Amino acid sequence: MNTVATHHSRFGVAPTTMVYAAGIRKSYGNLQVLKGVDLTVPVGSVACIIGPSGSGKSTFLRCINHLEEINGGLLLVDGDFVGYRLEDNKLHELPPSAICKRRAEIGMVFQQFNLFPHLTVLENLIEAPIRVRKEPAAKATAKAMALLDRVGLADKRHAFPKQLSGGQQQRVAIARALAMSPKVLLFDEPTSALDPELVGEVLEVMKDLAKEGITMIVVTHEIGFAREVADQLIFMDGGIVVESGDPRKMIASPKSPRTKEFLARVL
Amino acid sequence: MTVKEEGRQQIDPNTLTVVPLRHPWRLTAVVLVVVGVLLIVRSAIFNPNFQWPVVATYLFNPLIMNGLGQTISLTFIVMVLAIVGGTIAALMMLSPSKLLSIPAMAFVWLFRGTPALVQLILWYNLSLVIKNFSLWIPGYGTVFSVSTNDVMTPMVAAVVALSLHESGYMAEIVRGGLKSVNRGQGEAAACLGMSPGLSLRRIILPQAMRMIIPPTGNETINLLKTTSLVSIIAVGDLLYSAQSIYARTFETMPLLLVVTFWYLAVVSVMSVAQYYLERYYSRDETRHQGGALALVWKNVFRFRKNEVVA
Repeated sequence: MNTVATHHSRFGVAPTTMVYAAGIRKSYGNLQVLKGVDLTVPVGSVACIIGPSGSGKSTFLRCINHLEEINGGLLLVDGDFVGYRLEDNKLHELPPSAICKRRAEIGMVFQQFNLFPHLTVLENLIEAPIRVRKEPAAKATAKAMALLDRVGLADKRHAFPKQLSGGQQQRVAIARALAMSPKVLLFDEPTSALDPELVGEVLEVMKDLAKEGITMIVVTHEIGFAREVADQLIFMDGGIVVESGDPRKMIASPKSPRTKEFLARVL
Repeated sequence: MTVKEEGRQQIDPNTLTVVPLRHPWRLTAVVLVVVGVLLIVRSAIFNPNFQWPVVATYLFNPLIMNGLGQTISLTFIVMVLAIVGGTIAALMMLSPSKLLSIPAMAFVWLFRGTPALVQLILWYNLSLVIKNFSLWIPGYGTVFSVSTNDVMTPMVAAVVALSLHESGYMAEIVRGGLKSVNRGQGEAAACLGMSPGLSLRRIILPQAMRMIIPPTGNETINLLKTTSLVSIIAVGDLLYSAQSIYARTFETMPLLLVVTFWYLAVVSVMSVAQYYLERYYSRDETRHQGGALALVWKNVFRFRKNEVVA
């Protein structure tokens, strides 16, 4: 059943690591966006990535689920490569169907929600479990209803995304990602497109998920959320990790002057 | 300076009424149009040369019915082939591989850039340049061979020419529709583990349909009328059937009226079908307000635009 190989030991990575990134490089033409990013996210922990726009934090997140191909470095999710198969010390590119299987284990929540506008809320949630995981409709629906209940939107199951507020849409998007029971959830600035008064309801849902022990990597501008929820805080600038560590300590007394400057502006 | 007060009586604001602005020129135009239409209708009814009784006798003539059937089935076959061909061409045009996109663009350029009538005659006369179609396997010999004249019947030439022509248009329509779907939709589908094919079928195409259906409906209606060109290469369509009758009886005008009637009838049915198809594919957009006919009815007999009532 479990076809995912574990390469943790071969690369000297602790077996309790969910996402392991070392020296990740990514370029678009001559523009180098990521210049060697390192990050270790243990199972069940929350990592928050902050940084100015253009620092490469969203690109890095999109590399984790292979929406972007990396140009160098080692990237393991749950002990295996996402877009490649390791054989005879060579990385073989996987066909799209195999990449899809891997991606289904990595949930993603977008800044612009990206709900499917032609499907109702419930249909958004059960589409992938039925079509990709081949779950029976009744089972997928029951699970979807439980998830909608959890984000407080069970009564909106027959609404179309357009009829919901931004905060409600993002909560549905989170439920949709959870419907695939992912091993890790990636959040790409989940509250940046929301009216200020709607940010709270989305952060509440995310806090609950963190408490339940779901592994999360969150690119965000919400320093308060990071301080309260994150197990580690990463500050990125210019395509590298400038500083990382315990969020409370880092926010209270940043070591790098660049971090200090950034925090002073956003706090 | 003193402020002049007009009247001492208090006015209750609720009793104020608005006197609508008169539109004398609009009224004049309406009268002119109504008179013009009445004159045309009168001439059509009372001019005996229109031969309305003859029109009535030919309306359901078996030859005309057969021609109508040919026209409708030709439209249907060509449109199905054009949708399939156009979708393939559109997907090729959007491919990152230049080896796929450039041939598809050349295809569209070639078949959209030449008149349908020229292509019809060209395909019909294909046997002038290609005498035979044969399949030849090296070391085995000819498997089969047919003469182009046997294959390129008028109907086949019509189907080939019109579906290639129409594919060019459909390719552009489908491409535009696919490009109108937000890139994030494909990414969201990918992140849920959907394969590219599944994502296209379940997520991208249903949304692209909203942009594809209206121009495709127009194309179908256009195509129905364009099929009348096939009468040139002796396919027995609606126009050709009428021509073959009035060539014998010289009842030219009544038969052309019969043809006009049937084209209008089919186009009207297709327009209604298009309305319901569009409504289906934008089911999250519309709060349905009555039927299509009610809407038309309401708008036909309206002299002024709806005004905002304060």
